[in-house]
Amino acid sequence: MAEVILEQLCKSFGREQAVIDMSMKIDNGSFVVLLGPTGAGKTTTLRLISGLETLDSGTVRIDGRVVNTETPAQRDVAMVFQQYSLYPHLTVRNNLAFPLRSPILKTPKAEIDRKVAEVAGILHISNKLDNRATELSGGEMQRVSIGRALVRDPAIFLMDEPLSSLDARLRADLRIELKRIQSELGSTLLYVTHDQIEAMTMATHVGVLQDGKLVQFGTPREIYENPGSIYVAGRLGLPRINILPADLFSSTRGRAANIGLRPEHVEYGTGQEASVKRVEHLGDQTRLHLDLKGHAITVLSPHGNPYAAGTTVKIQPVNPLCFDESGNRITETNP
Amino acid sequence: MSYSITEPSSRQKWVAGTLVITYAIITMIPLLWIMMTSFKTPPDSISYPPKVFYEPSLEGYVNLFTTRTRVSPEKLASLPPPENFAEEIVRNRDMVIAGPSKFGGRFLNSVIIGFGSTFLSIFLGTLAAYAFSRFKIPFADDLLFFILSTRMMPPIAVAIPIFLMYRQLGLSDTHLGMILLYTAVNISLAVWLLKGFIDEIPREYEEAALIDGYTRFQAFYKVVLPQAATGIASTAIFCLIFAWNEYAFAVLLTSGTAQTAPPFIPTIIGVGGLDWPAIAAGATLFLLPVMIFTVMLRKHLLRGITFGAVRK
Repeated sequence: MAEVILEQLCKSFGREQAVIDMSMKIDNGSFVVLLGPTGAGKTTTLRLISGLETLDSGTVRIDGRVVNTETPAQRDVAMVFQQYSLYPHLTVRNNLAFPLRSPILKTPKAEIDRKVAEVAGILHISNKLDNRATELSGGEMQRVSIGRALVRDPAIFLMDEPLSSLDARLRADLRIELKRIQSELGSTLLYVTHDQIEAMTMATHVGVLQDGKLVQFGTPREIYENPGSIYVAGRLGLPRINILPADLFSSTRGRAANIGLRPEHVEYGTGQEASVKRVEHLGDQTRLHLDLKGHAITVLSPHGNPYAAGTTVKIQPVNPLCFDESGNRITETNP
Repeated sequence: MSYSITEPSSRQKWVAGTLVITYAIITMIPLLWIMMTSFKTPPDSISYPPKVFYEPSLEGYVNLFTTRTRVSPEKLASLPPPENFAEEIVRNRDMVIAGPSKFGGRFLNSVIIGFGSTFLSIFLGTLAAYAFSRFKIPFADDLLFFILSTRMMPPIAVAIPIFLMYRQLGLSDTHLGMILLYTAVNISLAVWLLKGFIDEIPREYEEAALIDGYTRFQAFYKVVLPQAATGIASTAIFCLIFAWNEYAFAVLLTSGTAQTAPPFIPTIIGVGGLDWPAIAAGATLFLLPVMIFTVMLRKHLLRGITFGAVRK
């Protein structure tokens, strides 16, 4: 467990800049989630920290030590890959023991057995220990792959979308399990995902990445309630935030070019009239797809859902988020 | 009877089975005939019409491993009773065993040179293939083409320069010379085949091993090599078969100390007529090592061990 500090990391592949001037402080014991779409530089950031890619410029500090020139082994990081990457020629037990047997750790056999059994118990794979890695289901493989990181006590855990290939139920279970393990061990964890539920539920801090740049860093709540731009606002919240021209509703709003309407920013019964295009019943919630003067809006229906497709509904924004022409947030909420 | 559309019907299976077995028998007949001949007596081996059923004899094998001298009937009668079956077989032909033949030594030469060059080809080939597969090498494509170009003509086409060079270098009729020669011929095959196999092994495994605390070389032999086992096994079989069966260079470059079995076997011509059973016995024994090696590595050839551990 250690603090990891990134200072102005830059990395490009050929002409393509994957990571641009990234600075971030990952506190000891924090669970940092990097959020962003494919190609935003999330995985590259992990690989730069782990040492699988070399930096073009910048500094990575782990526990105060500059590790730029160290090999992945020397950096003392554990990584969970998106593609499992279990060693197919080894059993589950040997896969889990592999990092412990490395020339750097050289763990005694009794200690290896104890740790492997402990981690297998946590991840519910004790009965699979003697299977070959190729004889497992996708979910089991991913748990072994997480286990291979957990057997160690590294400076930082790096996880690259570890849950993305699992089915919804297993994902929900492992999400809770991972968070529990992390808070019990007090480990430092950097986690890459594009799943906002994972970000919201597990993170102590979220870093939002856009085209290789870190555009906002804060607690999940800060990112959700105080996004710095339309881009960041769009990363969290289900249904997604609705971005509408500011003049769509009667009250003009200062410099604002656009307003962002989350479902909770909508009041029903007053204001503009919108037609209901489609109603989606999701069980716990009902989504309304509205059309307001040619703009599509997705909102949550009030309890009891009095609306049906084809009817009209009056909506009025309440304290929406305001953005200027270039998509940046305007902080004065009531101009 | 109903069956799935992708599963052949039992009639199709029966036809396919019959065809395969018939083909196997046809291709096996020459080998089978050699093995049968090796257990015949010299008169049986040249009898006409050819004998399919006969009383088996080990005379061919005895003649293969011994040299014999003819003795007079009086001398034969004065000898003590034969000590073993070989002595007995030889005396029935009015001869006594004079000593061991050269076959054992030639066979050992074949083993040393065949397996030595196979090991060297695989060792160098795997390292080169790994480097070509993983590292950015300047002019990698040209180098690979250059390596392949060594097989663009039959190796025997350069026999004369090699003969002259070997004589200059003192490599003629040495084990080292033959191992180097066969390795040089096999290495292009080894590099190309193994590069294909190593390309198929995802880099993520090595990356995982690097992060798990291993150096690149440790990752190579602990993670890449076991997964390349299938490719290494099949490449090794190809290399061994070439080196083991090679005749032309062996005739040209070896005569004594390093002579391999292929040029030696035809020279086993018996006293007073061609000793077909001995030649057949030599050929039969010569087949065994490659057969055993292939059977030993068979499970590696059949098992795709990397299948399914990385999500594609």
